[in-house]
Amino acid sequence: MNAVNASGWRPQMGEAGEGAGFKTASGDYGLMLEEALSFELGSSEKCGVDLDKPSRPAAAGLSKFLRKSAPALPGLTEPETVRHYTRLSRQNYAIDLGPFPLGSCTMKHNPRLNEKMARLPGFADVHPLQPQKTVEGALEVIEQLADWLITLTGMASVAMSPKAGAHGELCGLLCIRAALDARGEKRDVVLVPESAHGTNPATAAFAGFKVQSIPATPEGRVDVEALKAKLGPNVAGVMITNPNTCGLFEPEMKAIGDAVHAAGGYVYCDGANFNAIVGKVRPGDLGVDAMHINLHKTFSTPHGGGGPGAGPVVLSEALAPFAPLPFVSRGDDGRVHLVEEENAGEGHAQAFGRMVAFHGQMGMFTRALTYILSHGADGLRQVAEDAVLNANYVLRSCEDLLPAPFAKSGPCMHEALFSDAGLAEGFSTLDIAKGLIDEGFHPMTVYFPLVVKGAMLVEPTETESKAGLDRFIGSLRSLAQRAKDGDQSLHSAPHFAPRRRLDETLAARKPVLVWQGTPGEPATPSLSEFGGS
Amino acid sequence: MRYLPLTPADRAEMLGVIGADTVDDLFVDVPAEARLSGPIEGLPAHASEMAVERHMSALAAKNLSAGTAPFFIGAGAYRHHVPASVDHLIQRGEFLTAYTPYQPEIAQGTLQVLFEFQTQVARLFGTDIANASMYDGSTACWEAILMAARVTRKDRAVLSSGLHPHYAEVVRTMAKFTEDDIVSLKPELVAEADDAAVIAAIDDKTSCVVVQYPDVMGRIPDLAAIADAAHAKGALLVAVVTEPVALGMIEAPGALGADIVVGEGQSIGVGLQFGGPYLGLFGCREKFVRQMPGRLCGQTVDAEGKRGFVLTLSTREQHIRREKATSNICTNSGLCALAFSIHLTLLGGEGLAQLAAVNHDKAQTLIERLAKVPGVTVLNDAYFNEATLVLPRDAREVVRELADRKVLGGVSLGRLFPEDIDLHNGLLVTATETVTDEDIETFARELEGVLA
Repeated sequence: MNAVNASGWRPQMGEAGEGAGFKTASGDYGLMLEEALSFELGSSEKCGVDLDKPSRPAAAGLSKFLRKSAPALPGLTEPETVRHYTRLSRQNYAIDLGPFPLGSCTMKHNPRLNEKMARLPGFADVHPLQPQKTVEGALEVIEQLADWLITLTGMASVAMSPKAGAHGELCGLLCIRAALDARGEKRDVVLVPESAHGTNPATAAFAGFKVQSIPATPEGRVDVEALKAKLGPNVAGVMITNPNTCGLFEPEMKAIGDAVHAAGGYVYCDGANFNAIVGKVRPGDLGVDAMHINLHKTFSTPHGGGGPGAGPVVLSEALAPFAPLPFVSRGDDGRVHLVEEENAGEGHAQAFGRMVAFHGQMGMFTRALTYILSHGADGLRQVAEDAVLNANYVLRSCEDLLPAPFAKSGPCMHEALFSDAGLAEGFSTLDIAKGLIDEGFHPMTVYFPLVVKGAMLVEPTETESKAGLDRFIGSLRSLAQRAKDGDQSLHSAPHFAPRRRLDETLAARKPVLVWQGTPGEPATPSLSEFGGS
Repeated sequence: MRYLPLTPADRAEMLGVIGADTVDDLFVDVPAEARLSGPIEGLPAHASEMAVERHMSALAAKNLSAGTAPFFIGAGAYRHHVPASVDHLIQRGEFLTAYTPYQPEIAQGTLQVLFEFQTQVARLFGTDIANASMYDGSTACWEAILMAARVTRKDRAVLSSGLHPHYAEVVRTMAKFTEDDIVSLKPELVAEADDAAVIAAIDDKTSCVVVQYPDVMGRIPDLAAIADAAHAKGALLVAVVTEPVALGMIEAPGALGADIVVGEGQSIGVGLQFGGPYLGLFGCREKFVRQMPGRLCGQTVDAEGKRGFVLTLSTREQHIRREKATSNICTNSGLCALAFSIHLTLLGGEGLAQLAAVNHDKAQTLIERLAKVPGVTVLNDAYFNEATLVLPRDAREVVRELADRKVLGGVSLGRLFPEDIDLHNGLLVTATETVTDEDIETFARELEGVLA
């Protein structure tokens, strides 16, 4: 492990040093590889798959529907394809390369056993509409995972089909709508703290509710009195993130729940941060009625550059009857059955409907179950403890240089929140974030939550070693000092990434969303420019 | 525990830096009565890689996987051969373990893939533009209806009876809560798609008509005629494609006048996986771009003038607009989009056309052979790689009896449309390039046995 460079980064490196201004003929620089678009590399008659020849023309019935020419899509042979995507992959930062401390996103190590298990043909090569008796093992995976989620959260039931966190939020709010409909009540307001993830208000609106915002206290918690003041016969429920987006536990959660229930509403908990309390606290003990669990956060299924996720929703007794189809249940015969429209019958007459084709993110279920079985009840508890320990270690190791607005009120949970107050004039969170890229780290979550000026939300997760954290802390401290000292070179960071700062204004003003060039256009300089033929 | 790098000594040292005696001191904000004092009871303790593998393998072995039996199931999820390099490349850690590309300087790999993916989808669908993916085809379908309502400022959607019933059920479920008006047409066991009924249902209040192409019974609607009828009333045509391989052979929906084209991309590059994760595809006319849901990747330049890519037009999205966003979607299907894009790059345009032709060829062999089974008639006039058979009795029983004979012999319309008793003798059968002539012969023989 490299020692921390206490003197910080030297701005002249790579800019004015030896070799500056040198241009290679290829446009690549050693292992810094540029890559053209597939549309510039391939052509539609090239193919990397050996296909059979059809033995006959299209059936007469199809003739009037046939397309006149093949789609204009570039093809590449297998070696060219492997090279194209491998070269592109090297322009990405990833957990496999180093810490990825994005607060709220929970970028933890993705165990490879999970990948191996998800690829067993008995899971990967099974169709969702096969007869049930040919997929009993797959249904058992769903049931076993559901059972763990119910036990870990202390809730009554779980809806497994939602495809991601925001989809889970939608599922929970629709259960609330359905429960209110069943009570014959029209309540159209959902209360959302101003520190909430953007998906919370967006989901509430998507589900047909009006959103009212609740302020935060100076300590970074939900203002419980303000919340209580808003409760009334029009309030369907509240959406609370716990631990919240400031990285703090909401100690009044139970009191909030009691007040909401007394006023006839329901409590939705955004479970994006469940990883901080898994195995330590059961949301069901805190009066929660519905909570989604991001399997791609707490239970380590890979983020894949933006998904797929999975967002099962655990439900209280009050909401369980309204869970959407399909779901699995273990019958009196000990076998797991799939309940869908065909066999829902009167026993599940209150199910609010269906949210997706098929049964949810099976590939994520196998990964999450593998992860859960690997850790067991004891290991999951250790996961939460180490995640919280790592975050507090970062918090206390940096708070003398970067203000931690809520640190005085006690420890944080799984993420440490800093602000950019106190940096030199003209320096902000963005400079620190981009500076981290040059240091070889992925930046933390920036400018979120909205309740803190220039927020920097650092979530190390439990899969970082102490040595790794020390390196990260060394870099963060160095950057904070440079930003305090007014080091102008930070404004143009990153200097060592595959790209410098990108012009986002240009991208939005004149959107170019698809490739507009001509096929076969040279992407790299032609040989003749360099004296070749 | 093999995934937790902290040693007991590390923990002690770190607690010292923090100034806490025990790790439980860090959980002080949790009310004491809600804190568990030890591991949750009733759950097993941690297990070795070997033990977990044994447990999971035993569960996997209880399933009849598609590759081990003659397999003829489709209906919105298709078994195609996925080249080995696809799965290798998506497991590159730089793709697999990256986050949404919010820091573009160190996410150009993912961003360029998304830009290529958007271009591929737009060209495949014949639309001007496409987004960076949705959860799956069914949720993309509902988002398309919402978008059509925003564009037309009308809120009555007409669903063709050929729309996959799960998709229709998702739409009806969501519309119940948003109070959009949904007109669902009744499915019938007839040879042609329900174009005439769709056209007849369009009125001045209609925001869109939603038509699956090919439809759930394998029939192929005349999108151009429906588009003309919709446009004449100020409505949009939303085309839904659940089998994108078909577009290697039949005309792109956008070229036939569809305004929004959505679909399920699983068929290219993504395995069956018992229903998920799959890949929602979403393309439309460029003039609707600011009403689109989901992420968009756009081209730009960096401070040195080099071409690069960023997520763009995010003022439509939840993390900026909150309750005024076009959708609540955040995480989408990035890795599945990568798999789709790699597989489509391996195929190329002409490869896709050839793959489609092979599928159609196999389907013709299958349908011609099954048509010879006593009691079986073929419903469709036209089909791509799946078609509906009409059996002399309820196809649900037939499917189960075929499974007893280790043949995965299609999807009964009774399972898809439990409430439409008139459809219950219908059996949807599918053949892709993975089906062999022996598979077809086995299917025909066993079907003959079951129906005898």
